[in-house]
Amino acid sequence: MTAPLMLPLATDIGNPTVNIAIFALFVLATLAIVFRASRNNKTAADFYAGGRSFTGPQNGIAIAGDYLSAASFLGIAGAIALNGYDGFLYSIGFLVAWLVALLLVAELLRNTGRFTMADVLSFRLKQRPVRMAAAISTLGVCFFYLLAQMAGAGGLVALLLGVSHRAGQSIVIAVVGILMITYVLVGGMKGTTWVQIVKAILLVIGAGIMTIWVLAKYTFNLSGLLGAAVDKSPAAGEKLLSPGLQYGVTGVTKLDFISLALALVLGTAGLPHVLMRFYTVPDSKEARRSVSWAIWIIGIFYLFTLVLGYGAAAIVGPDRIKAAPGKANSAAPLLAFELGGEVLLGVISAVAFATILAVVAGLTITASTSFAHDIYGQIIKKGQISGDGEVRVARYTAVVIGIVAIIGGIFANGQNIAFLVALAFAVAASANLPTILYSLFWRRFNTRGALWSIYGGLASTIILIIFSPVVSGKVDAKTHKSLSMITDTGIDFHWFPLDNPGIVSIPLAFVLGWLGTITSKEQVDVDRFAEMEVRSLTGAGAEKAVKH
Amino acid sequence: MSDIGDRDLTTYRDVQLSPDFSELRRRFRRFVFPMTALFLVWYFVYVLLADYAHGFMSHKVGGNITVALLFGLGQFVSTFAITMIYVRWADRRIDPDAEKLRHQIEGEPQ
Repeated sequence: MTAPLMLPLATDIGNPTVNIAIFALFVLATLAIVFRASRNNKTAADFYAGGRSFTGPQNGIAIAGDYLSAASFLGIAGAIALNGYDGFLYSIGFLVAWLVALLLVAELLRNTGRFTMADVLSFRLKQRPVRMAAAISTLGVCFFYLLAQMAGAGGLVALLLGVSHRAGQSIVIAVVGILMITYVLVGGMKGTTWVQIVKAILLVIGAGIMTIWVLAKYTFNLSGLLGAAVDKSPAAGEKLLSPGLQYGVTGVTKLDFISLALALVLGTAGLPHVLMRFYTVPDSKEARRSVSWAIWIIGIFYLFTLVLGYGAAAIVGPDRIKAAPGKANSAAPLLAFELGGEVLLGVISAVAFATILAVVAGLTITASTSFAHDIYGQIIKKGQISGDGEVRVARYTAVVIGIVAIIGGIFANGQNIAFLVALAFAVAASANLPTILYSLFWRRFNTRGALWSIYGGLASTIILIIFSPVVSGKVDAKTHKSLSMITDTGIDFHWFPLDNPGIVSIPLAFVLGWLGTITSKEQVDVDRFAEMEVRSLTGAGAEKAVKH
Repeated sequence: MSDIGDRDLTTYRDVQLSPDFSELRRRFRRFVFPMTALFLVWYFVYVLLADYAHGFMSHKVGGNITVALLFGLGQFVSTFAITMIYVRWADRRIDPDAEKLRHQIEGEPQ
């Protein structure tokens, strides 16, 4: 057991210089890799899809790097430390969701599309309206996700680098944004992929070392670790080990949990930045291997966070976690400090930072590809544009998105906008997944069905979120403080009772896709459908890897 | 690389209607649809138990290990297992036939 340390304030722990030095090392190493990768960035397929020349395992690691955001590392570990088993439920949804991608989406999408999700959705329907809808939904998901990451960066800075004043945090957010723009501009998809690979490896190794360390403290006895976590959490006690602490309070919270579970499991296979990664491999077999690798890495990582979460509860204790500046997010860093002192804290902080950087770079390249390829190339220029012209637009777009993200991140810094990640998943599950599945598997599906489903899913999700308790009217029963985005408790315009809209918006989007289809007189384009179906299963005519 | 849409479309229609392709599509769907149904049902059984059967889930099976924890870890095991089964199955039962059809469509094997 650890001797109780004389810890004054959590902000004082660790050595910001060590943290910054380790992080700077990561930045230098990745920049070197990105510049090396950029030498072969010639065509659109290079910039958007890394030349389609990554292997399945490489892409699988990169997918894990893209998917495991700071929210899933710091957030889930913290949620387990404070809410016990209910935190674990998140990670299960995030993992099982990959089976949808593996069985129904990844390979078929790889075989039919070129660069974006919209390529597949508009394949056999009316090009321009469907592509526009798919691009808007793609940009929406990327924007929500990006803003959540950038705003989170401010909080992390406060926690990890000891920068507590706002101006300093804003500078760090700007540095993150500039690095992200550099990665994307210089390295394109190839550079971004390598950043994600490096980050995923560091993250899994870092979490793995901590996991073994924690388990070793309890002689590799999981039951002992759980017992220690319960002993250290008198408020929660035994409830830490079974579900219900967070979601089991009332009938509404139980329903909210089902809604969340639905969005988690169906959202992943509709996230555009995940879908785009399937184009970076040469064929559908490698796409399959990518998902398989990603599932193993993500699954093992979530098992680590289970140990880390209970480890933080047992070794650090919920009181100190709640008192720390990042609250739940600080559980993993505090645990690292307890275990390995300044150096391990520095490594974990740098990894958490690298995580934000890699995820925002992936989102930026997805959003700029969708804008340049779908909206500019296919809708405005009607496909009459060279690949070079499109890539130039994609680069400009990346700069614009980067600047918007920096400004948005600075303004949103410190705001309670963690719900934006849940929103991104709900939009992906409602607006994207129904249309992806219908267009791949339902012969009769047509343009009206796609538009109703995409716009209906998008609009219903956003409207329900705006009028939900996460935006206004949620008050802590004990402290009477606001838990909503709008902190003024006097303003309350919520009428939708749940935090998560998925239970309404996802079935609605499926129904709208069906209803739109059967009410439309549009004839099925049998030839295009034949082409899509044959290509999706056989890989005939699929985009090949670029040879250099 | 040719753009989408300027290929000889009748070829794809012919392939789509051919017995070989129908068999491939049938085989693929008969695997992935039931498998998807299976893991979704298993996932939602778990979610509903976690949500509404607190008494059952907090039952201890040994030490501090609860039923809930075993069910949760069971979701990991089933996800890993389905992944392995599907990858092995698709490598053997889909890829060879898909490749054969692809060569027929694209012309000479490359």
